[in-house]
Amino acid sequence: MDTNEHEHVIEVTDLRRVYGGGFEAVRGISFSVRRGEVFALLGTNGAGKTSTVELLEGLARPAAGRVRVLGCDPYAERAVVRPRTGVMLQEGGFPSELTVAETTRMWAGCVSGARPEGEALALVGLERRAGVRVKQLSGGERRRLDLALALLGRPEVLFLDEPTTGLDAEGRRETWELVRALRDGGTTVLLTTHYLEEAEDLADRLAILHEGRVAASGTPAEVTAAQPSRISFELPDGYFLGDLPPLGELGVCGHEVEGHLVRLRTRELQRAATGVLAWAGRAGVELRRLDVRSASLEEAFLGIAREASASRETVEEYAA
Amino acid sequence: MSGAVTTAAKPVTTPAGRVAALARAELTLFGRSKGMIVTALLVPLVLPVSARSVVEDMDLDGAGLSVGLVLLPGAIGFSLLFAVYSALVGVFVGRREELVLKRLRTGEPRDREILTGAALPAVVTGLVQSLVLAVGCSVLLDVPAPQAPQLAVLGVLLGLAMCAALAAVTASFTRTVESAQVTSMPLVMASMVGSGVAVPLELMPDRVASVLELLPLTPVITLVRGGWTGELSAYEALGPLMTALAWIALGVFAVQRWFRWEPRR
Repeated sequence: MDTNEHEHVIEVTDLRRVYGGGFEAVRGISFSVRRGEVFALLGTNGAGKTSTVELLEGLARPAAGRVRVLGCDPYAERAVVRPRTGVMLQEGGFPSELTVAETTRMWAGCVSGARPEGEALALVGLERRAGVRVKQLSGGERRRLDLALALLGRPEVLFLDEPTTGLDAEGRRETWELVRALRDGGTTVLLTTHYLEEAEDLADRLAILHEGRVAASGTPAEVTAAQPSRISFELPDGYFLGDLPPLGELGVCGHEVEGHLVRLRTRELQRAATGVLAWAGRAGVELRRLDVRSASLEEAFLGIAREASASRETVEEYAA
Repeated sequence: MSGAVTTAAKPVTTPAGRVAALARAELTLFGRSKGMIVTALLVPLVLPVSARSVVEDMDLDGAGLSVGLVLLPGAIGFSLLFAVYSALVGVFVGRREELVLKRLRTGEPRDREILTGAALPAVVTGLVQSLVLAVGCSVLLDVPAPQAPQLAVLGVLLGLAMCAALAAVTASFTRTVESAQVTSMPLVMASMVGSGVAVPLELMPDRVASVLELLPLTPVITLVRGGWTGELSAYEALGPLMTALAWIALGVFAVQRWFRWEPRR
């Protein structure tokens, strides 16, 4: 630890998790999160996000590897760690027959230095629903109640497992604003999501998980920069890819053709786009469904899934 | 590290405070469940009264017993089985299936505090019922004052701890609240038939009785009855005491080892 600012609040080294049936959900993950950072674990369903977060929350012991939260083992030293962390599970767990206020009171009794209950509910805009039973809340309201309880103890580290799943667009935006406000107040946030724009908007750094491994990590810009940009369009009847100028000269590094649809990948988007459009102008061709876009996290995400499955096929071929 | 200083200044929760908060919520839930209220409050109080005529037909004089001395320990046994054991199997399974237990485990409460908090309202219900039954039977059935009340108190307390522990064990292999009524049947039936709840062991052949003494609830009934008759010497009370403690220890061990905190998916 050099200075407070760069102190690693969460450190994960070669983490593995194996379930009872022998399924290895987490296969050697390493990453670290600095104090005051929003860190996103991104991945498809089954990538190992929740399995990883549960180990950080101290709900289970890893099969191998090391987890440190605030310098402690969250499973063995839970008495030290728990008063400083807040957790929102992927699926809430509240008795359906209790009201919002009763649920909050129960939690407040189990949280060191709890905020006033009304303040916690106001943070997520649920103060008017205090007298309502949990079973009568909408899915989004239940997520917000869960978030309010995770925030009750003013945690230094906040774990949010898919915090916006089930929220409408407005609820999602409000949650994002809340997470940003918490981060600005010094809270370290680790969240999982399968919404790419959520990670792109919110995360200072992120790791993309795929089949229990870290497929890519860094700032959203770093992860995106490793990916090519994309141009796609439809050629009219009678035109073929070969009619374009040589792709290499346009700075195109990869292409796919599907019927009339052409997809080009490039690391020099302006040069490639100019080349394609200049050719179309010269040839008097109308490029329908023209789409020119910079590399995005989505592209990175899909690319990683593609590469991973391609490399797996190769391995399987060799194995056969 | 500046963060550590502010953390140290936070007011810290205590185990007792956490259990109280959980028990309070559980009590609220108890009050909102009609089914729970009926099985927990009515069944143990009504059943012994309706069993009275059967007991009156038993040959009790030969065994040195009276109707009251059979009904009272039996009624306390009913209370333990229905108000505590059966009710708690449903509570533990219900909270687990609603993911409440998993959510609580992410916070400061320890595992034993979570289970204790959930069990407390039912345990207190069982305790209060035992007191009501003791007073009620004394007044209505002319049961004389207990000769060795400490044995009766010991028996009830052991019974409460045992029923809570065994309920958690039963909940470990119960998948739904509905199936809890089935999985809790074996212990309820075995106790009613073999532990002296419905039929006193004194009326059974010695060899059978000596096996039935090993059932979980038998030592509880034996201690409670001994507390009233005063015919159980300190030495004779040792056997049931050890049996009861062994069942509690076994139950606690099984819970630590096999209790399921999340639903199977």
